[in-house]
Amino acid sequence: MDDVLLDIKNLSICYSTEDGEVHALNNADLTLHRGESLGLVGETGAGKTTLARGVMRLIPNPPGKVVGGEIFYDGRDLLKLSEADMRRIRGREISMIFQDPMTSLNPVMTVGDQILEVINVHHPDLPRHEARKKAEEMMEMVGITSSRYEDYPHQFSGGMKQRVVIAIALACSPKMLIADEPTTALDVTIQAQVLEMIRDLKEKNNTSMLLITHDLGVVAQNCDRVAIIYSGEIVEYGTLHQIYKETLHPYTEGLFGSIPNLTSNIKRLAAIDGMMPDPTALPAGCKFADRCKYATDRCRTEHPRLLEREDGHKVRCIRYESSGEVTENG
Amino acid sequence: MNKKTDTPAAGKKQRSLWQEAWRRFKKNKIAMVGLVFLLILIVIAISTQVIDLATHNQFYLSHVVKQNLKDRLQPPSAAHPFGLDEFGRDMLLRMLWGVRYSLFMGTLAIVVSCIIGGVLGAISGYYGKQIDNVIMRFMDILLAIPSMLLAIAIVAAFGTSLTNVLLAIAISYIPTFARTVRASVLTVKDQEFIEAARAIGCNDATIILQYILPNAMAPIIVQGTLGIAGAILSIAGLSFLGLGIQPPTPEWGAMLSNARTYIRDAWHVTVIPGLGIMLTILALNLMGDGLRDALDPRLKN
Repeated sequence: MDDVLLDIKNLSICYSTEDGEVHALNNADLTLHRGESLGLVGETGAGKTTLARGVMRLIPNPPGKVVGGEIFYDGRDLLKLSEADMRRIRGREISMIFQDPMTSLNPVMTVGDQILEVINVHHPDLPRHEARKKAEEMMEMVGITSSRYEDYPHQFSGGMKQRVVIAIALACSPKMLIADEPTTALDVTIQAQVLEMIRDLKEKNNTSMLLITHDLGVVAQNCDRVAIIYSGEIVEYGTLHQIYKETLHPYTEGLFGSIPNLTSNIKRLAAIDGMMPDPTALPAGCKFADRCKYATDRCRTEHPRLLEREDGHKVRCIRYESSGEVTENG
Repeated sequence: MNKKTDTPAAGKKQRSLWQEAWRRFKKNKIAMVGLVFLLILIVIAISTQVIDLATHNQFYLSHVVKQNLKDRLQPPSAAHPFGLDEFGRDMLLRMLWGVRYSLFMGTLAIVVSCIIGGVLGAISGYYGKQIDNVIMRFMDILLAIPSMLLAIAIVAAFGTSLTNVLLAIAISYIPTFARTVRASVLTVKDQEFIEAARAIGCNDATIILQYILPNAMAPIIVQGTLGIAGAILSIAGLSFLGLGIQPPTPEWGAMLSNARTYIRDAWHVTVIPGLGIMLTILALNLMGDGLRDALDPRLKN
């Protein structure tokens, strides 16, 4: 498995609050291959952002804490690196695009200088004028004229700010990009532009991407593989085709059921009943059992393992345990 | 997709942060009045120093310090626009020579306490936890002692000298700065752009200096200019109590203190130094307000 860039194994992250331990991420397994895009889909509070922050080692501590697991990036366990080594990886090897471009730029620094900053941090020996030239190139690359180098973030629109954020993220040609809901704060036309740009730049630099979103349409357009996360667990993982056409997990089924269809004329969409379980008191059995229409008594008492089918399609559901075509894994 | 979506900015002149700030500062007329007044004071302070150096203190000794008891407490006249003080010395010259003590010592004391207090506040706000507790509890101890009392204690313990007065004022202002900086750091540090800075690999020093402090500048500047005003008052107050700058040095506070017994017979000996202190402080506050607005790029245009 040489083409694996990021391999997350059994990652668990907890936040301790006054109401008790919040189990935000429980034994998550995830694999990202070189040059591929992986979509991480789940509803609010499922642990998507926690996973992204975990990979960057940016879990605010306190209250957050990585309880266990390993994150192998290019063969190295990120959780075992020193803080100084980790700083060299952030921005240069792994970059992150944040959800809200309105707040992820420093309001008192010119946008150009903010792009320059990341170049300076990782290439301190580069002469100033060259670094600046590079920063201007990055601006042009994301479609902003370099004459706006000296402008401040508040003079830019939301879409333009997100481009600046993307320019910052890609300035050091990272091998991996984590995009945490990069288009949630933007309107639909700008969303399409930004996503197209991310896709173009990603292909140009052969960057791998972890795209976090709750928009299945965005995933369908941009990703090669998909992981569905529910209540801090990966419940289904497979290629785009496997997830969209050979859906296994009832939760994924529910997600697709709640998307409007262009061709059929339905008055009401099928929602998944109920709420995600309280992360401070997770049920002993399957986390989805209470909302699942196939749930049996066994689901409520026994925690399902992540089963891998021969074609690499993984699912965490008891229903597929008995069928002969699965091999056990973790 | 790659079309340029921004409006043409070709004709616009590119200015640096400081040029931009100056342009905005100039628009604020009241702040400019304060700045001009302070510039005049600085010119006066420097030229009196130059005169002293050029004449080997002769002018200072013969005109500013030398007593002339026969003309004491003379009211303002054409020859002496500010009148003469209780020892018959020209008030105008004494006021001019006093500028450097009040202004420079006040500024110096605040710069020292702003740096020390700022570093302590930034560290405790940014790192939090135990460090925050230790630093802030120590600041609480300092804060619990009235600043004037603390300054008096320091001067009383180490003796009355310019440096000790300065040190006393500086130390008594450290807690206010530490608290102000800590509070502003706390409001800024949890914002997303700080996390974004960390995500591009910035270290703590870069984050504090480039991202947190510039965003937390406004209250620090206001505190600073108010602090200089307060420090001038404290120096004057210490001199008033006889613990600050010793006579015959023409420090404004000391002049005010020495003249207070004559307020019924000669109004000018108290009013003039008092006005001097008041106007300087007013000018500092006006300039501080203007500076705060000018340095915030969000208020641009």
